[in-house]
Amino acid sequence: MAAYFCEMLSYPFMVRALIVGTLVSLCAALLGVSLVLKRYSMIGDGLSHVGFGALAVASALQMAPLALAVPVVILAAFFLLRLNESGRLRGDAATAVFSTGALAVGIMVGSVTTGMNSDLNSYLFGSILAVSKTDVAIGVGLSLAVLILYLFFYEKLFAVTFDETFARATGMKVELYHTLLASLTAIVVVLGMRMMGALLISSLMVFPALCAMRLFRSYRSVMIGAVVFSLLGFLVGIGISFWFGTPAGASIVVVELSVFVLCLFFTWGRGK
Amino acid sequence: MGEFCIQCNHVTLSYENRVVVSDLSFTVEQGDYLCIIGENGTGKSTLMKGLLGLKKPAAGSIVLGDSIRRSQIGYVPQQTPVQRDFPASVREVVLSGCLNSRGFLPGYGAKEKALAEEKMALLGLLDLQKKSFRELSGGQQQRVLLARSLCAARQLILLDEPTAGLDPLVTEEFYHLLLDLNQELKITVVMVSHAIEEALGHADHILYLSQNSYFYGTTQEYQNSDIGERFLHRCKKER
Repeated sequence: MAAYFCEMLSYPFMVRALIVGTLVSLCAALLGVSLVLKRYSMIGDGLSHVGFGALAVASALQMAPLALAVPVVILAAFFLLRLNESGRLRGDAATAVFSTGALAVGIMVGSVTTGMNSDLNSYLFGSILAVSKTDVAIGVGLSLAVLILYLFFYEKLFAVTFDETFARATGMKVELYHTLLASLTAIVVVLGMRMMGALLISSLMVFPALCAMRLFRSYRSVMIGAVVFSLLGFLVGIGISFWFGTPAGASIVVVELSVFVLCLFFTWGRGK
Repeated sequence: MGEFCIQCNHVTLSYENRVVVSDLSFTVEQGDYLCIIGENGTGKSTLMKGLLGLKKPAAGSIVLGDSIRRSQIGYVPQQTPVQRDFPASVREVVLSGCLNSRGFLPGYGAKEKALAEEKMALLGLLDLQKKSFRELSGGQQQRVLLARSLCAARQLILLDEPTAGLDPLVTEEFYHLLLDLNQELKITVVMVSHAIEEALGHADHILYLSQNSYFYGTTQEYQNSDIGERFLHRCKKER
């Protein structure tokens, strides 16, 4: 086991993937709990598709992928929230329109300029080889920023998630915290999708939260539980990916799915 | 006492571009226990939003007494489906009521923790504080939300149909609890209510809203008025 682990660490790309992946899983788990409880799960999915579109355009324009994708996806998160709240377009419909639209634009741009090459393929399904040295620097910086902001506003985000009206009545700037939540989600989605793939990144947020919510009772323990599940899923998944040569994103999701099924099984008959 | 808590001057409120409350004037004095009753669709919940400052009146004004700050109004909501399966301990929920005195700082200080303990003790929730909110009975959940609102409020709490979906015994208990808070701690209570009998049995003032008119006065005055007699008669017949 130890020898196997050492072998894994002897590849620089694996070390990079482990560093970024661990931090991103940590952030994704924390944000995931808020998103699931706020019924915003699909926003994560929608944003990842927008992220794919942005990455395709960035590679067509020969730009640094993250430099374009992060601001574009934050902007998209902003719009999705507004649409959700204004009620002009139903929230889920808005998300569907946004995500498939951006996906289609990404594929069009990609196929016209470079063809559906391995680059675009890796954006869709993820690749641990995709994490470059600059990606590590940006990834570590941004995920630490997300982590610090989230923990700093932990209590406020709890209050806004639990009871929006009460929060508003006692003078909290609810919109501000929604925007914060969406922006943090956008950052994590973009950081994670290189490795997980645009189609799979939202599961990194949703599965650990769902597992922890079935097992734990207080908000804090759900948070900690989600982080543990997320890290476990990531490490086991990436180990499987390394050993069997399967794609990292799919391996992680399959591990998390199995954990979720186990959770369902153990809490069967307990109601909730 | 004499000092007013909330003053509504010729208030008009609309809901989705339809006027639901028009030219409404009344004054809630400090220490009052006011129940707002009336049929569905007469703007009770819209009025509650107006009192909370979440909705601007289309005309007229809603003024708070000098000693009350906007952020220091306690509020007990109708329960939402999100809350019913929310994984949070009783303590976490009650503590979240203290956020308005915390500003931008993260976490809770000793002052907030003491306040939350005090309110939990007041409402008999200390034994439940580690329990999960979603595992409590409906009546216990409402007591938790009441404790949270007391953390935020010094003098005034607003409640929007807090007993919807609870059985009559628990409802009666909850109204009684509010009466205790009202009389012993001199907290002003303003509540939208569906439970007419309990409202009349405990409140000292009634605001009755109907499609095109309203009545405001003491409970006694309301029961003796024509408009009150008619509504109460109808309620009895429906039962």
